[in-house]
Amino acid sequence: MSGADGQVRAAMRLTLKVWRQADRKTPGRMVTYEAPNVSPDMSFLEMLDVVNEDLILGGDDPIAFDHDCREGICGSCDLMVNGYAHGPRRGTTVCQLHMREFADGDTIFIEPWRAGSFPVIKDLVVDRGALDRIVAAGGFISVPTGSPPDGNAIPVPKDDVDRAMDAAACIGCGACVAACPNASASLFTGSKLTHLASLPQGQPERDRRTMAMVAQMDAEGFGSCTNIGECSAACPKEIPMDVIAQMNADVRRASRRAR
Amino acid sequence: MGLLSPSRTRWRESDDSSMLVSGAPDGPIADRWDEHKFRMRLVNPANRRRYRVIVVGAGLAGGAAAASLGELGYNVDVFCYQDSPRRAHSIAAQGGINAAKNYRNDGDSVYRLFYDTVKGGDFRARESNVYRLAQVSVDIIDQCVAQGVPFAREYGGLLDNRSFGGAQVSRTFYARGQTGQQLLLGAYQALQRQVQAGTVTVHPRHDMVELVTIDGAAKGIVTRDMIDGTIERWSADVVILATGGYGNVFYLSTNAKGSNTTAIWRAHKKGAFFANPCFTQIHPTCIPVSGEHQSKLTLMSESLRNDGRIWVPKQAGDARAPDQIPEAERDYFLERKYPSFGNLVPRDVASRNAKEVCDQGRGVGPTGLGVYLDFSDAIQRLGADRIKERYGNLFDMYERITAEDPYTVPMRIFPAIHYTMGGLWVDYDLQSTIPGLFVAGEANFSDHGANRLGASALMQGLADGYFVLPSTIGSYLATQPMGKTPAPDGAAFSDAEKAVRDRVDTLLAIDGSRTVDSFHRELGLLLWDRCGMARNEAGLDEALERLPRLREEFWRDVKVPGSGAMLNQGLEKAQRVADFLELGELMCLDALHRRESCGGHFREESQTPDGEAQRDDERFTYVGAWEHGAGPSEPVLHKEPLAFDYVHPTQRSYT
Repeated sequence: MSGADGQVRAAMRLTLKVWRQADRKTPGRMVTYEAPNVSPDMSFLEMLDVVNEDLILGGDDPIAFDHDCREGICGSCDLMVNGYAHGPRRGTTVCQLHMREFADGDTIFIEPWRAGSFPVIKDLVVDRGALDRIVAAGGFISVPTGSPPDGNAIPVPKDDVDRAMDAAACIGCGACVAACPNASASLFTGSKLTHLASLPQGQPERDRRTMAMVAQMDAEGFGSCTNIGECSAACPKEIPMDVIAQMNADVRRASRRAR
Repeated sequence: MGLLSPSRTRWRESDDSSMLVSGAPDGPIADRWDEHKFRMRLVNPANRRRYRVIVVGAGLAGGAAAASLGELGYNVDVFCYQDSPRRAHSIAAQGGINAAKNYRNDGDSVYRLFYDTVKGGDFRARESNVYRLAQVSVDIIDQCVAQGVPFAREYGGLLDNRSFGGAQVSRTFYARGQTGQQLLLGAYQALQRQVQAGTVTVHPRHDMVELVTIDGAAKGIVTRDMIDGTIERWSADVVILATGGYGNVFYLSTNAKGSNTTAIWRAHKKGAFFANPCFTQIHPTCIPVSGEHQSKLTLMSESLRNDGRIWVPKQAGDARAPDQIPEAERDYFLERKYPSFGNLVPRDVASRNAKEVCDQGRGVGPTGLGVYLDFSDAIQRLGADRIKERYGNLFDMYERITAEDPYTVPMRIFPAIHYTMGGLWVDYDLQSTIPGLFVAGEANFSDHGANRLGASALMQGLADGYFVLPSTIGSYLATQPMGKTPAPDGAAFSDAEKAVRDRVDTLLAIDGSRTVDSFHRELGLLLWDRCGMARNEAGLDEALERLPRLREEFWRDVKVPGSGAMLNQGLEKAQRVADFLELGELMCLDALHRRESCGGHFREESQTPDGEAQRDDERFTYVGAWEHGAGPSEPVLHKEPLAFDYVHPTQRSYT
């Protein structure tokens, strides 16, 4: 393999320790695989593709993992790599992580998201349905199709819409939960609350939304936030912890106004 | 049915034009949609809960349709293969969404957006549909703003716009480089609201694997639960397919890995005509393939061509590093051939020219399949900071994937498949040739003709989902008996389920020596070579000889490990590739029969003296809609003639 500059990039030999688990009920275990011919230009998931091709030809069950767009936006991919959600590179989903981040001879540990609210379905695939249920509880603006005013009827200060967009960048991958020692979904929930609370359109339902989403988050069994900050550090979209402060402030606001 | 067989007996042509009635109303084009809506039948609000609707696919079209139909009070079941509807591939669209708001006072109007779309589609789209699309585009923006979509704004608080894809007006609305994501989240949140309200049930990780028809009408589907392999039957009064495009037939594309043709292909085999399958779009600015392991291609916004200069070495086989090649030995081929448009020629022209120089052995990079996109002049003129401001995110993404710094080394780009204009044939109501089967978004063929304009895919998906289907579905349901959804236990359902089980069992039992991906790669390469950026009679003939052999080998020698009763990603892929193998043949057939160039379909035999696509309006001003040839019989070509009463066909020229 050579680059545009003609420089040759040597293939690497890696050892993988991968979590294998047949289904929800069967206990899982780490299994060792050799990946003898890994190009530094491969993405992490392409490296797993190559390992899987060999497993299939050998008649073995390939490693199951979630992935779809492979360009860092759909939020499907969700691997713990050497203990880091989405691997060692900041602001990067594991589908956009490339093997040149690793060195020849490395051993790489690959595990699923670990959180009671994300049960393992098989191998590295987990059930993140709890996040959809948090949104269903109130993460929307009630606006039936066909009823709205003109798009420019309500001016929105640019700073407000920029703040909304910063929070709305969340891809719902669940890395924040996986990275948090408490398995808290506060960064996820705070992102949606901050997005909608930053806009005039989000005001009428603001209190109701805040209380309903937080209640659902608790009902799903996610832990509480203790301001550790692993969530934001692991977030591939680098969503700041401010959104959690906003959520807490809005809970206070809603409780006060409900009195 | 007449048998006007062309040179070979690969297909038949129908002379019965009654099969394709668009149902587009007459009268002044600006009034057609309103007139049509007024004439539609309605379902009383109290009765809507007594109808069941199935929606397959949860992207912009499917998500918007399901949410809107739920709001109206229908009982809706939504199915998607992803683990959440928020992940549908609409999410990956970067650039923006067009709407004829004329907020810029630059002369835009509904009529101009209509005109641009018909012309951009190279006069192979239906005028009535396109006009409606332009009309409802303005409502889409209002709807999304009200949902909280954080579109870019100016300091005055009003919505910002930009010009996109060479348009002469600024009509594109955007949310940074994540417009598709934000629009999808808007639709997803509206959908989740209906889940909470109890009108919509979402079934994630469900693959639709068969369509069920009763007395010729769509009445249900069969799915495979991707977690435990359960095959299930679902009945309804109407079925909507919003399952996206089929670009993954090429294996390498900018589509998501799971994007597939199975839903529309199953429907095609049950009687839905497939229109213009050869109309595929290729995007010029993608990151080139780096090796055998490549699993997908990444698109970079074409805005890069505003400041980057595209070139290759003049000499074939010149292996020097780019900075070692002196100015005089470089060929800025787009600037040379198209002096007035230069690097900003349309997508198809830029793509074809890149292929041509690579075919001449002048391509760059390790594979020789790439051209330089060089920012050094722009950096010298404007400074690196200015370039970073404009393209910083894109440069970072490029660096992450290639490990090369585009501020110092020219980018390498190559064209890739990223959209399919073809799809299931639909009438003005978006109903296919199967009564009760409606098709929306990229999965249908309707609005883009032979070529789609930038920032128009999001517009069409949401137009279909929010504004067209909620009206036309009601009009269809009003003809169906109320509260009489068939139970999913009749012969039609058991036969469909049995067909699914047999196919799964067959695939698992083959236990051959080749993986599914190896077949998919071979299929993709063959189509890319013979039915990709440029097509000719000999190449298509060859592909049509080879494809049946590849398909036969697949069914003899594919290896799918595991069982059907488990999460089995290999089995999911195998079913999809089996359908791609059949679709690929129909694409080649369609490309072979259309002996003209138009839009994204470039037949080498049909070009102007300066190498532009040359249409043959006399013979090909029609939609080619294919009826599946059951068993050994050939597919049958039906033609829907197209009339251009408002926008008169002209020949494109960029020199």
